Amino acid sequence: MSQPSSIQRRFPWHILFFLAPGLLIYVTFSVYPLLDTLWLGLFQEDETGQRFFAGISNYKTLLLDAAWSEPFWNALWNNTKFFLIHMLVQNPIGLFLAALLSSPRLRLSNTYRTLIFMPTMLSVVIIGFVWQLLLSPIWGISEGFLYSIGLGQYFDAWLGKESSALITLALISVWQFVGIPMMLIYAAMLSIPDDLIDASVVDGSSAWQTFWHVKLPLILPTIGMVSILTFVANFNAFELIYAVKGALAGPNFSTDIMGTLFYRTFFGFQLQSGSITMGAAVATLMFLIILVGVMLYLFVVQRRMKRFQL
Amino acid sequence: MISLPGLKHNTGKTLMTHAVLLTYTVIALFPILVIIVNAFKSRKAIFKDPLALPSLDSFSLAGFEQVLGRADFGLYFGNSMIVTLISLFFVLLFGAMAAWALTEYKFRGNLFLAVLIAMGIMIPIRLGTVSILNLMASLDLVNTLTALVLVYIAQGLPLAVFILSEFIRQVPKELKEAARCDNVSEYKIFFTIILPLIRPAMATVAVFTMIPIWNDLWFPLILAPGESTQTITLGVQQFIGQYVTDWNAVLSSLTLAIVPVLVLYVIFSRQLIRGLTSGAVK
Repeated sequence: MSQPSSIQRRFPWHILFFLAPGLLIYVTFSVYPLLDTLWLGLFQEDETGQRFFAGISNYKTLLLDAAWSEPFWNALWNNTKFFLIHMLVQNPIGLFLAALLSSPRLRLSNTYRTLIFMPTMLSVVIIGFVWQLLLSPIWGISEGFLYSIGLGQYFDAWLGKESSALITLALISVWQFVGIPMMLIYAAMLSIPDDLIDASVVDGSSAWQTFWHVKLPLILPTIGMVSILTFVANFNAFELIYAVKGALAGPNFSTDIMGTLFYRTFFGFQLQSGSITMGAAVATLMFLIILVGVMLYLFVVQRRMKRFQL
Repeated sequence: MISLPGLKHNTGKTLMTHAVLLTYTVIALFPILVIIVNAFKSRKAIFKDPLALPSLDSFSLAGFEQVLGRADFGLYFGNSMIVTLISLFFVLLFGAMAAWALTEYKFRGNLFLAVLIAMGIMIPIRLGTVSILNLMASLDLVNTLTALVLVYIAQGLPLAVFILSEFIRQVPKELKEAARCDNVSEYKIFFTIILPLIRPAMATVAVFTMIPIWNDLWFPLILAPGESTQTITLGVQQFIGQYVTDWNAVLSSLTLAIVPVLVLYVIFSRQLIRGLTSGAVK
């Protein structure tokens, strides 16, 4: 004969039971480390390893002291180029392939999709080594291939040159991950109602006009999502550079991006010893960069697109 | 009058579409095939004619013998399996439980927790590495697979909660109300009614969770670089770093890392791609 109010006032153990395990692990190993990292960036260590509060002096060093700021701006600029190459090459190719795959009554569509997506499944490390071998002048397989199609004189040790190493690595990454924009955009195109496309065709639009004026505006939200996913993944990238070029991101730091800079700052390299607090400062800046990108997406891009869709 | 040329035009266009897609498929697969094919050739044949298939003359398993003799690939593979499967199990279980709690019950702090978890989808857990390493050191978990499992659960949960919440919301109210009228406990409702219903969504989550864990280099490199706890990705990276000049060994180790993934991919590709595309529509 318990009253409803007494049931409601009883402590909801079941909610705690469902939430606690996941939340506990998530907060302990994701939220807390991130907040602790932001906090650690405000400290420094003296010779004895004693930590003391230093305010923003790590950031001053990182952004203004030439010994630190040059690598930092170099990595940030390289990372920006890395991202722009993905935006300009990977996502348009993904869009193009998705548009082809969604042609009505296309046979083998599933097979193409499955096969083109295959490299995306493999580890970045493995893909890095695969291309390192394929582009190696020692093996000469790419050189031989270029000669066979009459472009042999253009072959170069692209991965070894300061001017071309970063672009080459970015293109390798594009090659591997083009499947992701392809899949996401393809799914979005499938969800466009057939009536809309039929109406456009009946009105006499060409396939190109239908794509440009009907399909593209409708998949803009997906393209926005693909862009922010690319942004976060690129400014968080590390494995490809580390596998192919090592932590020093050679030649002469020309392939250094934020991830490799973070790794070197934290763990040290050659003569410079690693620093926990400086590493935390670099991670904090990466966090801010990613945060700005995500906020921009949430509050500007997504909002405008929703309005457009209505 | 218009339809006939129109039809021809369409056939031409279809052919073009196939030509382009086929070309791109070759671009996507050829590099991987070259590596696998050459792993089965003698050193001389690798260099003399890299594009030829292995023949009776050039066939050689020397690379594989060297790799399996010098590095414990079985162990690395096992480590990757253990870490991936255990992480996956807990991401699915804890993720579904949390998604259920957040979507089903009204309580103070519900929205705050939902946003806190959603933030994990966009903010990479890697940025907290400095503190994660400190934390693992103080828990005495450095160089254990447990450290990796804990981090990967934390990494996988946000997306799992997000996707599973979408599906749990679609479960008809009547089902739950009927059960509650029969005095079925909340625990039983979740484990016997909800969990079986959201199984298709679990497959999607499994795919998104598993691949990044299996392929990760960052956390194995930092949290568990010891010989006995190396995962396959780290093992291959270290091995190749050591034997760069031994082409047979390098090609074979890459092949050993690629082939199991490709086999699994071919088996599960249908499910995987369905998950990928259905998850994306949301």
